[in-house]
Amino acid sequence: MTDMIVLENLTKRFGALTAVDDVSMTVGRGEVLGFLGPNGAGKSTTMKMVAGYLTPTAGTARVMGHDVGQAPLQVKAAIGYLPEGAPTYGDMTVQSFLKFIAEVRGFSGAEIGRRVDRVREMVALDEVFTRPVETLSKGFKRRVGLAQSILHDPEVLIMDEPTDGLDPNQKHQVRTLIKDMAAEKAIVISTHILEEVEAVCSRAVIIAHGRLLADGTPEQLLSRDGRHNAVVVKLAADTADPVVAGLRALPEVAAVNPLDGGPVNGVAAFRATPKDGRSIVVPVGDYLRSENVTPEEMYVERGQMDDVFRQITLTDQSEAVGDA
Amino acid sequence: MRNTWIIAKRELAGYFATPLALVFIVIFLALTGAFTFYLGDFFGRGQADLEPFFRFHPWLYLILIPAVAMRLWAEERKTGTMELLMTLPVTTTEAVLGKFLAAWVFCGIALALTFPIWITVNVLGAPDNGVIVAGYLGSFLMAGAFMAIGACMSAMTKNQVIAFIIAATVCFLFTMSGLELVLNFFHAWAPPLIVDTVASLSFLVRFDAVMRGVIDLRDVFFFISLIAFWLFVNVIVVEVKKSA
Repeated sequence: MTDMIVLENLTKRFGALTAVDDVSMTVGRGEVLGFLGPNGAGKSTTMKMVAGYLTPTAGTARVMGHDVGQAPLQVKAAIGYLPEGAPTYGDMTVQSFLKFIAEVRGFSGAEIGRRVDRVREMVALDEVFTRPVETLSKGFKRRVGLAQSILHDPEVLIMDEPTDGLDPNQKHQVRTLIKDMAAEKAIVISTHILEEVEAVCSRAVIIAHGRLLADGTPEQLLSRDGRHNAVVVKLAADTADPVVAGLRALPEVAAVNPLDGGPVNGVAAFRATPKDGRSIVVPVGDYLRSENVTPEEMYVERGQMDDVFRQITLTDQSEAVGDA
Repeated sequence: MRNTWIIAKRELAGYFATPLALVFIVIFLALTGAFTFYLGDFFGRGQADLEPFFRFHPWLYLILIPAVAMRLWAEERKTGTMELLMTLPVTTTEAVLGKFLAAWVFCGIALALTFPIWITVNVLGAPDNGVIVAGYLGSFLMAGAFMAIGACMSAMTKNQVIAFIIAATVCFLFTMSGLELVLNFFHAWAPPLIVDTVASLSFLVRFDAVMRGVIDLRDVFFFISLIAFWLFVNVIVVEVKKSA
């Protein structure tokens, strides 16, 4: 079974509002799917339906072959779910909370202790283990939520904004944890931190107004940016003009434009954008060498996830779902 | 059933992890004592029974039980733990039962801690202990009925104050429905069958009989079926609310 999560025409309406509109997709083992979208796009609603909290208005969600509408308990048993905001019972200690989760997850006897110890190590909860959850910092609370979701080593992991509110070190830890678990599981994380997608996701979907707008690897999404594979060349301003003209004449290059701000300290910077988004670093380099020009600096741009995100979510909402 | 027990255990531990348990039990004991000795004139009556003790239970429960019940679901919804609980592999029925049982057992603990008055009355005279056992049983069953109503109302809102007020009002109607205050309203227009039905829903009338040592199975059945009914509604409310 490679498709561990299957969504078919999943739709959720709240009165007149359509929060999730006819979303279909699959997630397989080994994938870390980044679920992207502006606030209110329907990310959380979709995840809540898959986790069995909300009932879909139409369509189905299947997890490990179980239909969430018909076999909710099997689905819930197969999933580890971190709800938005990582809610936990504040008056319990970390230890008793995780024990409770282990019991509800069907473990008994010594296995409870083993499971709890395992996640205690995985998410580094040692120093707060016997403290009530409500006295913990935001970062620790979130890690307790995370520990709860992976306690039963689920095949499918669904996490709603797992790194929201964490400091950079904690974010790094959580991402490392996700990457370490990725090979064996199907993981879905929602986020609006775009760097996160590049950092941990093998695939990203963009959703806005409840509709799926893009689906592809982070690389594929980046290639939608006009600046993807553009080459920036910096060279002495007085030698720049003939080089720029030469670069413009290259068949692979669509345009060469000065960067904003003009020359700084006698160094001018130009961006050569490629035709069709293909890599042009080799022809540009060859040309510079053939002209015996030594650039001060030269680098390839990958494009900005932010720009792609804005471009996709702000433009036509009725755009069909297409592979990026 | 295993999950019901696990949830009940967690809930019950929660009462004692916060000042809630202490505050509730101390106030319950203080009020039962005050009512029994002052309003009930426990000593002045010169009778070795606990009638003045039990007589005020419906009125105490009217305020105290909605106060315990109000947080059962409203708090879970407010803090978002409802989403956590309902995405664990437990059914709604198991969760409703577990929470209710924990709250009911908690009331039972408070009720059991009134045992010194039982000892007192046995020291002072020779009461009919069978009647007293019946009184405790009836009081516990009535507490369950109040609690089931309160739990159901708590599931309807995320605001605990609203949950408390609605629960107290509904409990009040059930308590009072046997009294003329309520029945006169029906006498004017309703056929006797309806008046009798309304009167038969009264906690006071039922409890009065049990308190005097008359354990009629119909009264026991009344409280148990009332609990079952409100828990059934509770399950439906939770299901509906979480999907809206």
